[in-house]
Amino acid sequence: MNVFFSFIITLILVLIPVVGVGLLGLDPLFGIVIPYVAFLIFFFGLIYRIIDWARSPQPFKIPTTCGQQKSLPWIKHSRLESPFTMKEVYLRMFFEVFLFRSLFRNLRADLVGKRLIYGSAKWLWLGAILFHLSFLVIMLRHLRFFIHPVPSLVDIIAKVDGFFQLGIPPIYHTDLFILAGLFLLLLRRLVDSKVNYLSHASDYFPLFLILGIVISGILMRTIFKVDVQAVKELAYGLATFSPVLPSHKIGVLFYIHLFLVSVLAAYFPFSKLVHMVGVFFSPTRNLPNNNRAERYINPWDYPVKYTTYCEWQERFRDVMEEAGIPIDDEWCKETAEAQKQA
Amino acid sequence: MSKLPKPDELLSDVKLHDMPSKHWMDLKPEFKPGSYLYAVEPQVMEDLGRPHLGKWQPHDEKWPLPENWKEIVREAIKKRLERNRAFKLFMDICVRCGACADKCHFFLGTGDPKNMPVLRAELIRSIIKGEFSTFGKLFGRLSGGRPLTEDVIKEWFLYFYQCTECRRCSVFCPYGIDTAEVTIMMREILHELGIAVDWAMKPVRFSHFVGNHIGLQPHTIKENIEYLLYDIEQITGIQIEVPINRKGAEILFVTPSADFFADPGIYTFMGYVLLFHHIGLDYTISTYASEGGNFGFFNTLEFAKKLHGKIYEEAKRLKVKWILGGECGHMWRVWHQYHNTWFGPFDYLEVPKSPITGTVFEHAKDNKIVHICEFTADLIAHGKLKIDPSRNDHLVVTFHDSCNTSRAMGIFEEPRFIIKNVCNNFVEMPENTIREKTFCCGSGSGLNADEFMEMRMRGGFPRANAVEYVHKKYGVNTLACICAIDRAVLPTLMNYWVPGVEVSGVHELVGNALIMEGEKERTTDLRYRPLKGKEGEV
Ligand code: HEM
Ligand code: SF4
Ligand code: SF4
Repeated sequence: MNVFFSFIITLILVLIPVVGVGLLGLDPLFGIVIPYVAFLIFFFGLIYRIIDWARSPQPFKIPTTCGQQKSLPWIKHSRLESPFTMKEVYLRMFFEVFLFRSLFRNLRADLVGKRLIYGSAKWLWLGAILFHLSFLVIMLRHLRFFIHPVPSLVDIIAKVDGFFQLGIPPIYHTDLFILAGLFLLLLRRLVDSKVNYLSHASDYFPLFLILGIVISGILMRTIFKVDVQAVKELAYGLATFSPVLPSHKIGVLFYIHLFLVSVLAAYFPFSKLVHMVGVFFSPTRNLPNNNRAERYINPWDYPVKYTTYCEWQERFRDVMEEAGIPIDDEWCKETAEAQKQA
Repeated sequence: MSKLPKPDELLSDVKLHDMPSKHWMDLKPEFKPGSYLYAVEPQVMEDLGRPHLGKWQPHDEKWPLPENWKEIVREAIKKRLERNRAFKLFMDICVRCGACADKCHFFLGTGDPKNMPVLRAELIRSIIKGEFSTFGKLFGRLSGGRPLTEDVIKEWFLYFYQCTECRRCSVFCPYGIDTAEVTIMMREILHELGIAVDWAMKPVRFSHFVGNHIGLQPHTIKENIEYLLYDIEQITGIQIEVPINRKGAEILFVTPSADFFADPGIYTFMGYVLLFHHIGLDYTISTYASEGGNFGFFNTLEFAKKLHGKIYEEAKRLKVKWILGGECGHMWRVWHQYHNTWFGPFDYLEVPKSPITGTVFEHAKDNKIVHICEFTADLIAHGKLKIDPSRNDHLVVTFHDSCNTSRAMGIFEEPRFIIKNVCNNFVEMPENTIREKTFCCGSGSGLNADEFMEMRMRGGFPRANAVEYVHKKYGVNTLACICAIDRAVLPTLMNYWVPGVEVSGVHELVGNALIMEGEKERTTDLRYRPLKGKEGEV
């Protein structure tokens, strides 16, 4: 049901530009207006989310410590898993964000008779890393449509990515990797009973949507070629805020691609995809484990009433005297006076 | 109380890879005996000035919720989203990748999908979506949203009290989503409705008014200690004094109160005082700040702060230089991650420095509190202790990393270093069940009530299973730990799953091994068990 729903929604999204551009000829709407609106939503939506998170203070320093704390000088402390300084925290974050270190720990638990067995389970990590890193490279490659002249770094990335010259024109490795990654993630959601059980339709939707983007992109490059010069004209116009429709009409396939990207961008800030930004805010990962060395301030901390020594002593005075436990009336006088002054 | 099934039967219904045919939102919470805790007695909440629902029990068909309960819940959620970034962020960014799903001991012991950390968090995430988000209202279940109903409250009660706030899920989550944080917030929200559990709240009342969770009065603490000192004299032949509420001592020693009175914590206590006597430490304990543990933490953070205020007033009053903390898990989570924020700055204390070795505990320079294992490891490393590890030769020891000290502090090497120095037979449990991946005892965070026994045995199963492995393979007969709740609950767990394994604190092992000046030849350990080779002499 969830899978089906998301799939249908994606299909409908594919059909919208087919009708809009192919039948109705609304090129300006799909080539200019919708992309702009979508990227405005993306941009301001993300800023809104960031401000929204930043506005909620983090009251306590609560890193999840996955390694030895820094304590005695002769004990080797884990700089990555129990960072003490901010530098070490950045290191930890780097490994989390680019290499999915926590995900790499993943285990699979099986109950065999009365024994629990833990096996390694790196599929999720593999799928996720294939997908994300390819996504990143593909984004970078796309810059060549938007920037003139094309930065040499982008050129190099594209060259490396097409190194093995598979097919004509050469298909990029990342195109295959991202497909592999997406299918792995999708497959896992479908066949792992637990993940399947806990998935919402909104968990399948981004996968289908991005699959749609990737497939339309690959088709454009390999089978149903579109006029790249015209695409560049449009993209450059969009990027320089002087949008023009290219003189040559671009094929509908391109508009499908662009429309799905627009939907992804607009959907991004209001869905789980904000994890891209959120991960940087995660208090269990972005705070150092140095609580006893450096005080952390909670902006809304407030005093609470507790049972003071004197209240307590009053209650137990008799038994204390009897047991020979020292009584301290001096302290009570002192604190009472201090209180009067305050 | 319900009958506890036999170990061979308990897990027969656990299928980790079979999920129910019904959507989880359609599964109603079931209050089966042995799997839920009893409601708090109203008087307890009265005494503490907190709302309550009068006399009721979770298994009642209709819960006596206040008329405006929905409003209270909505406000309570909103307030926490605005004041706690962790909570807000964790509600927003989960991708439901399921990496955490089979990491929770309660899932592993029940197979109940709502015990997968991600679904546990989804129990509230779905309400936030369904009640506050336009998307969520529009698409409902498709986007993971659902409306707030009375059944949801029941479900929260059931599952947020089937989480021991152990943070194991957080280790594996790609974003560090910590379901323990969610549970802490959710218990607070339930508290605002007046919903709390008796077993976790009575200790709060005692701790607040009397000073420790079991309600030991000052003279009783003193008497208990005297009993223990008598035992020490029987076993070692030397007389020791334990200073109580002594002004001007250099160090205030605070430990979970169970160490004063409960087997096997008392042996750990004997270990501490033997150690202090051995090195001639200038210290005192306090009958006012007589609880290092913190049951408030299992209810609301405000209660947690309320209970530990005593420690610092006592430090001020006694004019000590710094504070030494005993072996305890959640106590050290609160001490390490919360105290400095709540009670600092500590300009009336001094940067902790070991009077014996001169080591300055730089890592604790601001909060001025030191863990006893840090302190002892330093002593051993400097060769300041006379130790005869062969006195622990009757034991084959493995070490259970407590959740809190592992994943909310990171103290892994210090206790191991100590054990390896005071014992000759030490083995580790399998790699995936120790250190940051350690398994909870299954009864932490205020869940160690008798009425919860079945769930405790299920939740403790992954830990017990790893112990069983080394018990069979290496003959392990001692499970060492640095946590008072562990010491209270692991014996029950071992009895059930791995009979023949006893539970001990690390400093009990230290106490066994310490060669005290002027002592007689020891024939037994601190529990009056014969030492190896001395069986005939006892
Ligand atoms: C800092 C950057 C990012 C990090 C650290 C990150 C991390 C992760 C991780 C660890 C997963 C879990 C894998 C899974 O759910 O199967 C995931 C899932 C996902 N991420 Fe990212 N991500 C980042 C950026 C992005 C971006 C830019 C997108 C763009 C669309 C994205 C889209 C997704 C999607 C669609 C999933 C879900 C896969 C699924 O449902 O199985 N992520 N991310
Ligand atoms: S591991 Fe983290 S992101 Fe993945 S399902 Fe669990 S809580 Fe969500
Ligand atoms: S904190 Fe521990 S008990 Fe709670 S959900 Fe996570 S793994 Fe389970």
